[in-house]
Amino acid sequence: MGLRHFLDKLKRKVEPGSSLHFLYATLEALDTFLYVPNKVTTKGAHIRDAVDLKRVMTAVVIALMPPLLFGIWNIGYEHFHILGMQTNLWQNFGYGLIKFLPIVIVSYLAGGLVEVIFAQINKEEVSEGYLVTGLLIPMIIPVDTPLWMVALAAIFATIFGKEVFGGTGYNIFNPALLARAFLFFSYPRWMSGDKVWIAGLPDGISGATPLGQLSQATTVEQLNAIHAHFSVADMFFGFIPGSIGETSTLAILIGAAFLIYTGVGSWKTMLAAFIGGGFMGWLLNIFATPTNPYMAVPFWEHWLLGGFAFGMVYMLTDPVSSAHTELGKWIYGFLAGLMAILIRVLNPAYPEGVMLAILLMNMFAPLIDYLVVNGHIKRRMKHAQLLNGMNLKI
Amino acid sequence: MPRIIKLKRGLNINLKGKPEKKITELPLTETYALKPTDYKFITPKVQAKLGERVKAGDVLFYDKYKPEIVFTSPVSGEIVNIRRGERRRILEYIVKADEQIDYKLFPTGNASSLTREEIIDNLIKSGLWAAIIQRPYGIIADPNQAPKAVHISTFDSAPLAPDYQFIFKDDLEDFQLGVDIMAKISNAKIFLNLDGTITDNIFANVKNVEFSSFIGKHPIGNVGVQIHHLTPIMKGETVWTVSVQDIVFIGRLFRTGKYDLTRLIALAGSEVKNPHYYRVIAGTNVYDIIKQQVTNKNIRIISGNVLTGTKIDKKGYLGRYDNMITVIPEGNYYEFMAWAGLGLKKFSTSWTFLSWLFPKKEWVLDTNLHGGVRPFVITGRMDKVLPMDIMPEYLLKAILANDIDRMESLGIYEIIEEDFALCEFVCVSKIEIQDIVRQGIAAMIKEMS
Repeated sequence: MGLRHFLDKLKRKVEPGSSLHFLYATLEALDTFLYVPNKVTTKGAHIRDAVDLKRVMTAVVIALMPPLLFGIWNIGYEHFHILGMQTNLWQNFGYGLIKFLPIVIVSYLAGGLVEVIFAQINKEEVSEGYLVTGLLIPMIIPVDTPLWMVALAAIFATIFGKEVFGGTGYNIFNPALLARAFLFFSYPRWMSGDKVWIAGLPDGISGATPLGQLSQATTVEQLNAIHAHFSVADMFFGFIPGSIGETSTLAILIGAAFLIYTGVGSWKTMLAAFIGGGFMGWLLNIFATPTNPYMAVPFWEHWLLGGFAFGMVYMLTDPVSSAHTELGKWIYGFLAGLMAILIRVLNPAYPEGVMLAILLMNMFAPLIDYLVVNGHIKRRMKHAQLLNGMNLKI
Repeated sequence: MPRIIKLKRGLNINLKGKPEKKITELPLTETYALKPTDYKFITPKVQAKLGERVKAGDVLFYDKYKPEIVFTSPVSGEIVNIRRGERRRILEYIVKADEQIDYKLFPTGNASSLTREEIIDNLIKSGLWAAIIQRPYGIIADPNQAPKAVHISTFDSAPLAPDYQFIFKDDLEDFQLGVDIMAKISNAKIFLNLDGTITDNIFANVKNVEFSSFIGKHPIGNVGVQIHHLTPIMKGETVWTVSVQDIVFIGRLFRTGKYDLTRLIALAGSEVKNPHYYRVIAGTNVYDIIKQQVTNKNIRIISGNVLTGTKIDKKGYLGRYDNMITVIPEGNYYEFMAWAGLGLKKFSTSWTFLSWLFPKKEWVLDTNLHGGVRPFVITGRMDKVLPMDIMPEYLLKAILANDIDRMESLGIYEIIEEDFALCEFVCVSKIEIQDIVRQGIAAMIKEMS
């Protein structure tokens, strides 16, 4: 137990009163990362379930692995593909890793630092929430995002997305999505258009996402041309440009299966979101006109395009900012899916609506829960009266 | 036909160290204690002084705010210590027992020979009134407020709990007498709630009661859960609950005139060599019981079950209402990267661990928290272990916000700490949920007084 001994020695050095005390939260975080603490129960339930927040967050990180690994590979694939080069799996992956690693390191460092500072100030332990947020941020931005922007977004998200509300567990919005929204509105040139999605894109070539192209289409012929370029299989497997983690619907579904299996992500929210999105897409299909061919994109294709699957699986289900009641999850998910496609297709400014739809629903989640809980209370009172009437009569 | 109520939600924690059906008769131990902390929300005032001699049934202390509610000594002897804690709060009243117990004698009789007032008077004076617990709040009942129903749970579903079919098989006469007494003083229906999985239930022949059968997982045996599904408690109503053991004590009091708290308890848990039953008197020092049975030093001794019991010293005392002593390992160790790994050896309700592959395994669980305390995150996990039509997380949030109206409408009247014990067990943020429930109940009592 050399490491344990070493940590104990270090911990004594950062105790209150010592000159190194400002490092206390950092060391505490490192310590609980390496070791499950020796804390014991004192009363009440003397035994406890082995699961803790760290395990839950770790499960989310594991669930993020399929789209993450695919995304890294796809960075390389898109890069070499547009240059017309033939490369193998490892070349693609290696290139992707070189591009992706700096982003994720900056994201973890910048946001993690803010977390540690706040934990130190508030005399709390560092919460595990950033384990997920720090990985989500790099996965939902274009590969060409400058590193300083990543850092700024991570810091903004941690301070204004979480800490101002009181830290993990109290935030209203999904912090990672807030980071993206921050970048989107502050630096729109870097977050949309046809230049940012492919690393090392040569000048004069368009690297627009299928969604970006579809939203620009003005005739049915153009729509068909785009479909000829990107097959449905490409969209499903993810061989398309886009934010780093969002492109492969298949990889996302594998992650979703893991989230559902472990019970960490709500299948109700996910299913409702897909139904909601499909429903809206279908409505738009009905009212599609030749002058607005975007509305004619088949409803199920919306599931494969852009950030829909990623957002609905990983971000909408965030246990803190999501609706909490079981009925509420159905309503919340359905409306999020519906709004995402509605915004995506009908707004003229941006080609994607998932981010805004989720943030909007984050805002309404407490209201949905409030109504569901009130309904529960009324039903409960009625049921109680009924039972009493039945069982107490002599 | 009794009604059968099947409930899906809940959790059985299959622990190692179940008590074997064997009884050890122990001689009287040297000291016994009555712990005011066993009685919720009372303020003890000293009656018997240090050094005084008492009989079994003599008053040791009473409640400052309801002086008629007295607490009496389980044995005769000399008061050798009144242990106090912070702000001189009395923790333990310790009585050195005589070799032969000298009982104070109370009037005997039965439900038809005595009047309601005589019975109540007898119960109060003997100290057995403390056996009658009132819902809401789980406090000692108010003799002046009649309940709408009386509930008795005839089984304990907690981990390692004693088998009531075994420990009460010779007490059924006293039990019937006690039931009749309760019917007389409450003027209400007596609900006898049975374990629906047992055939030939020893309680099935009790008269003067209304039967209901319950099938499900823990906390199915909690009387609070049963009340919820039979006669839910609304604002302003009260229900009385009495444990089977206390009904037997009441019956015994009226048959023999003695305040005799002799009972069978289970000694259980993975650290006990030979888990089985002991015949003791409530409040006994546990040292004589565990000294032969436990060799390991790094252990937790619990008066009560692992979910709701009280941590005691190896020379501590059995709680007034506790039907078992549980001994489990302490969990004061570090574990390297325990949040990673497959989790084959970790009991959890979460499928992030693979331990669900062994549903039949008997687990040895220790007292490690398995994580640090974190902010309250609503995960929906608590819903799955509370078989009541109550939203546990919303109720807890209402308590934390001290929102009386919301607590009321979300069901604070129907629950006590033990009903939320499993919620505490599954909480990922490692929050002391039962403590929050207690806070909520305290706030309600304050609000209503």
